Amino acid sequence: MSKFQSLRVFETPLDDGYKLLPSRFSKLNDDEYVLTNLVGEHLILSRDNLESYVRHELRPSSDLYSDLKSKHFLMDEDSNVAIDLLVLKWRTKLSRLADFTGLHMFVASLRCEHSCPYCQVSRQSEDREKYDMSIKVANRALKLVFRSPSPAIKIEFQGGEPLLNFEIIRYVVEQAEELNKDAGRDLAFVIATNLALITDDILAFCREHNVLISTSLDGPEDLHNKNRPRPGNDSYRRAVDGIERVRGALGRDQVSALMTTTEASLSYPVEIIDEYIRRGFNAIFLRPLSPYGFAIKTKWYGAYNAERWLKFYFEGLDYILKLNKSGYFFVEQFAATILAKMLTPFEPGYVDLMSPAGIGIGAVVYNYDGDVYASDEGRMLAEMGSDKFRLGNVITDTYEDIFLSDALLDPLEESFADSAPMCHECAFQPYCGSDPVFHYATQGDYVGHKPTSEFCNRNMAIFKHLIELMKDPETKRIFQGWVH
Amino acid sequence: MLTLWTSHAKFHNFDRSVSPILRLSTDQNRPKPLRERELYLGDPTLMPEGFTGAVVVGESPVSGEAPTLNLPEEFSYLGDGDIIRIEPEHGRIRVIFRENSNQNSFLLTERCNHYCLMCSQPPRNVDDGWIVDETLEVIRMLPQSTREIGFTGGEPTLLGDRFIELVAAMKCYLPETTLHVLTNGRTFASSEFCKQITKIGHHDLMFGIPVYADVSTIHDYIVQADGAFDETIRGIVNLKRFGQKVELRVVLHKQSLPRLQGLAEFIVRNLMFVDHIALMGLEVTGFTKANMPDLWIDPYNYMPELADAALYLEAAGMNISIYNLQHCLLDKRVWHFSRHSISDWKNEYLDVCKDCNLLTDCGGLFSTGMSKISDHIRPF
Repeated sequence: MSKFQSLRVFETPLDDGYKLLPSRFSKLNDDEYVLTNLVGEHLILSRDNLESYVRHELRPSSDLYSDLKSKHFLMDEDSNVAIDLLVLKWRTKLSRLADFTGLHMFVASLRCEHSCPYCQVSRQSEDREKYDMSIKVANRALKLVFRSPSPAIKIEFQGGEPLLNFEIIRYVVEQAEELNKDAGRDLAFVIATNLALITDDILAFCREHNVLISTSLDGPEDLHNKNRPRPGNDSYRRAVDGIERVRGALGRDQVSALMTTTEASLSYPVEIIDEYIRRGFNAIFLRPLSPYGFAIKTKWYGAYNAERWLKFYFEGLDYILKLNKSGYFFVEQFAATILAKMLTPFEPGYVDLMSPAGIGIGAVVYNYDGDVYASDEGRMLAEMGSDKFRLGNVITDTYEDIFLSDALLDPLEESFADSAPMCHECAFQPYCGSDPVFHYATQGDYVGHKPTSEFCNRNMAIFKHLIELMKDPETKRIFQGWVH
Repeated sequence: MLTLWTSHAKFHNFDRSVSPILRLSTDQNRPKPLRERELYLGDPTLMPEGFTGAVVVGESPVSGEAPTLNLPEEFSYLGDGDIIRIEPEHGRIRVIFRENSNQNSFLLTERCNHYCLMCSQPPRNVDDGWIVDETLEVIRMLPQSTREIGFTGGEPTLLGDRFIELVAAMKCYLPETTLHVLTNGRTFASSEFCKQITKIGHHDLMFGIPVYADVSTIHDYIVQADGAFDETIRGIVNLKRFGQKVELRVVLHKQSLPRLQGLAEFIVRNLMFVDHIALMGLEVTGFTKANMPDLWIDPYNYMPELADAALYLEAAGMNISIYNLQHCLLDKRVWHFSRHSISDWKNEYLDVCKDCNLLTDCGGLFSTGMSKISDHIRPF
């Protein structure tokens, strides 16, 4: 007789059965279901297999049993380390919450020399006094910034066009560095600018203080200039020249670009991506219009529905995957954010896809006039007349007033996806978020009605699409390469 | 293959009471106080006074008063600074440390709480505590310039406090030496044990821990120990919690290959904080020979699975190596993971390899495993 024991000896006897670990399932397509656990691991199952799983009928010797056990969907008498690992992964996913607010946006000025019809912040064209941030407001805002317990603080200058009030940027950066001598945070700065007004002096300042640049690039010249009119009709030229100037002065990876999809963009996913490649970028964020500001007034928002947007998005993603398969590394950043949730133990912390929502606790906005908003979209709503997400004012309110305000706590609590109708039972919840500002803007309450929520429809379609795509091992490997 | 021990050593005029651990020296002008724990490697008639004895390699008539150790021709590689263990009463010697090798390792115990199907060093349940004392003595004799030392077994952590003592000695006596410990990691499921190891504050310590599957049943079967998977995983998590360096070691064979992709995904989800992952070809020696039908797959035939798993782990940002597999068997896409991993004393090539242009990149073969090799070895 062999001194070695057979595999059978180490398998749990069928009589002992197995326990189900917390999981959710949703229909993926006509034949299959997707099963996810708390920490975002997923498996695709046929209906029969799903039923066998929940009825405790699977046998330990089957591959499916091993897959479910490996991904912590079930547990048997043979092993209980799954609990330890689930706890570890769950804690990792939630660890950002303890850090609290990391992104602090300063609206340096609401003025802008562009006149984009889709402007979501309702920019102003004049009145320096009224629409620029003052030193007094900046000082009070900075005090609040450093009250955040976050070990990493990013200050992002927003507009309008923030470079129209560069003096306040200079002031805030220098003051923040001064305050940080004691605070000792991992401090970073970003200016979100259209680059039309960039100068060598500004670049020299950015270099000295390690300020990153984030800009807008909507696609090829015609499309970009159509979307982003300015005097001289030269927005595109100024943006692409600006990008190279920033690279030359600060380094090639110190500038990133964002695009916004208008109705005119929908026919050109490939051309838009090619423009990003031409400009030396290795990533693009294919972004739909949001229901705020001029985009509503001009009816640019609503000019296309979720279905048309998704067609555009999937065509773009398909092209990007082809690029990757032929050996050119290029990332679609919205997919990458979701894939990070699907393929890693980490939570990427993208404000629109967080639950509890990222408003206030992930990011906060200090408006030019000192009003504090729970998110960029929150202040966009305010410019449209609703101060629902106004948390307070830096001059009149304390840190505690602002961050313990009902205006923040109510939407956080009410929109929490684990307890929101339909979300709580949705398999895609670990990948999704609760966007109370979007739902308030479009449906009038923080939670919204999910079957008619564009947020839900759009995201759910993308989740399913990404999971389908990952049936191909090469695609899955490419996606894994996007998120590490 | 280098011969590291023999029972055909001829001892002439050796005092039975001499210390069994001795260093070799070829230096005529060696400082006298050091000669007491050393053997002179060279012509006994030229041996300066004060050495414990002389070592002569190869057939040569031994005469005269000087204690002389006569070793077979295979030991001609011995050189200045090497350390050997002698047993005059049994005519045995073992080479413990080779100064010009970077792959010296010390077996700390033959006891083990695993009984792996493919163990290359089958465990024995014996009282071998004397090995620790002797190893402590050797550590004190090693040159400070030693680059790396391996601790192996058996399962070295079964030594408990004495294992801690050995790691502490490595830190204190060899402050520039890397220490690599081969362990099944189960003892580290105890936070207290992890804490003790961490307290030592060793400067460059890595634990190499085998994980053979993503599910307990298969891992436990391969290591022939129920409950092993849970303890090993807890041990790995604990070690990382205490900031220790961990390498996962996956041996590729018929039992581990079916779950290799599952294991890769499990690692990325649960253990992505480990420092290194070694995917290793089978060494056909020890228990492996007894279990060949349950273990052997020609590496040529599992290359797609290996390449997929390795590339997936790489895409996830993990640090990967492939050990013990020959270049001509490897998918080109994973050539960059291949390392010279086989210890220098048991690394060989075949006759067909003589014409190969890529020999310097190749992992080579185990001289201990020549009884079963792939059918697809060919020169480039």
